[in-house]
Amino acid sequence: MAEEDILSDELLRQLISVGEVDILVGLHTYNDAKTIGHVVQVIREGLLRYFPRERAAILNADGGSADNTPELVQAASISDARQASTLHTLRTLHCISSRYAGHPSAGKAMHTIVAAADLLRAKACAVIAPRSSEIVPEWMDRLLRPIYRDHFDYVTPVYQRHHFEGILVTNLMYPMVRAAYGIPICEPRPGEFGFSDRLAGHLLGEDVWSQDVGRSGPEVIITMSALAGGYRMYQSFLGPKGHVEQQSSDLVHALRQTVAPLFWSLAKDYASWSAVREAQAVPTLGPNFLVTMDSARLDRKRLHHMFCSGVVDLEPVLKSILTPPTLAALQRIAATDEHRFDYSDELWVKAVYEFAASYHKSVISRDHIIQALAPLYRGRVYAFLEQNLNASEQELEHNLEVLCQTFERLKPYLLERWAGQEGSS
Amino acid sequence: MQGMIVHELRQVWDEFIRAFAHLLPRLLVILIIAAVGWLVAYLLKILVRNFLRLVKFDRLSERAGAAQLLDTAALPSATELLSQLVFWLAWLVFVLVGINALGTAGVQEHISAFLRFLPRVLVALAILFFGILAANFFSRAALLAAVNSNSPSPQLLSDATRVIIIVLAISMAFEELGLAQKTVLIAFSIVFGALMLGLAIAFGLGGRDLARRFLEKRFSERTPRKAKEDELSPL
Repeated sequence: MAEEDILSDELLRQLISVGEVDILVGLHTYNDAKTIGHVVQVIREGLLRYFPRERAAILNADGGSADNTPELVQAASISDARQASTLHTLRTLHCISSRYAGHPSAGKAMHTIVAAADLLRAKACAVIAPRSSEIVPEWMDRLLRPIYRDHFDYVTPVYQRHHFEGILVTNLMYPMVRAAYGIPICEPRPGEFGFSDRLAGHLLGEDVWSQDVGRSGPEVIITMSALAGGYRMYQSFLGPKGHVEQQSSDLVHALRQTVAPLFWSLAKDYASWSAVREAQAVPTLGPNFLVTMDSARLDRKRLHHMFCSGVVDLEPVLKSILTPPTLAALQRIAATDEHRFDYSDELWVKAVYEFAASYHKSVISRDHIIQALAPLYRGRVYAFLEQNLNASEQELEHNLEVLCQTFERLKPYLLERWAGQEGSS
Repeated sequence: MQGMIVHELRQVWDEFIRAFAHLLPRLLVILIIAAVGWLVAYLLKILVRNFLRLVKFDRLSERAGAAQLLDTAALPSATELLSQLVFWLAWLVFVLVGINALGTAGVQEHISAFLRFLPRVLVALAILFFGILAANFFSRAALLAAVNSNSPSPQLLSDATRVIIIVLAISMAFEELGLAQKTVLIAFSIVFGALMLGLAIAFGLGGRDLARRFLEKRFSERTPRKAKEDELSPL
């Protein structure tokens, strides 16, 4: 979809009336009335505090909320902030709210924001998740300054998490991206991020927005495009990540948003990651690993049961995705009881790599491949919880580092599977 | 007497020679048409095979699950099967056209009826093929959805989906062939009716507690709310 198609006439009119800006903050919303007012006020406060001289605008791309979210965005942007008396802006802070056509979709919203940033020639653009209730004004500085002042192209966040939150990120997304591209990005699917005008131009030229993965997981696609394009990366610590209740607990949906775009990008950018041999560090503001060790109520028995029954029931599907040795190893584990459960890092990594290669080759429907990963992931979560239930923060960090090294060590296996050769067990 | 027998024999022999002389060119024509037909059919087979390889038809049938089915039935790959089918159909048409050249009235009628019937056979085969593809795709989708939602008996659900779609495809193929005009309607009515009855019984028996809880929750505010089981966020 071309830039002129994604921006409606009404939005174009509003953007033209704003003119060029230095900074743009994008919000993609859909029925977020509960949190959006606070988020917009904090964004406004952050912009006034850290970028008082810059031309700035807030753009809300809404998916057709029925709870007056766009009106609340407008109201919050003109209401008096608490610190209004101490904050002064030298320019008007514009706030635009627009409803994009079609069904609510993160990809369409993100496409609208990127196209608007390009049209307004914004030097730096930040995207903020509308449910980020932990947002503080400093986020504006941490996401935008590296781009605006230091000429980085893409800023991703580092969050403080509960030690068992985000296992899909810590056990698959992060280590696989690090192994493939040699760049350790803590959050390959960032809720909040910043990008430069150069990257915006590049993203608009990419044929990703009309794809299913571009619609469901645009954040991962943007990260992968930035990595493959060799853009300058930066990480900023933002503090605690939103509570579990605000996150989607539908695993298949989460896999479609994250793993599907990751596998898709690997297939698209094979030339750029297959040749990477050495890892390189990413400049990071603040710590790059911080967890809270609060207790959590976890149903480990259910995870174990769903892994075992999933491996048994999905045998005909897994047969077409996995190599016989990997499938046999998984079936062996599924047949053992909870106390002798031994799902090693190596087996998990090999299974993930074989899924990625099968996705690339489309051995069956790609969406079915992604769905078939869910039981294996549940098994991995169970093994991870068993391993780290009483682990300290240092032990947890060490175990995750060992997993990452396994992903890196087995990268030749991924390349081998990718080329279609038979792997050794 | 002897002369009469010889005369009759000569007459019969002459008639045979005349009939043979009359038939021989036509037999030659049949043989030539069959030989040309074989050549054309062979070329068509190569053409179809190369085209299917070019569009990666085997990959498509593999993705749809047809390859596994063919493998189980010890049949060649989908590309090979289709190109062989094209070869035999094309050659059969040429042979029939050749036989038609004999000019026998009864045979001509049957051949033209067969040639009129042939497109319907092809359509029926296509319906069957795509029906099997759809059955495999949707049964796998049902299996995955049932496994991931922790539903009981995912295999049963998957097999039921496959059987329903295949029954429907076979019925439609028969309907196309004109072998059982009302089969689709009857088969669909039976299967759909059975499904609905099964669901009604399942909900009636299995969903009693759920319905009771729903009604209690809906109409009685005094029912204490049960604490929700915490789930880990994957992201």
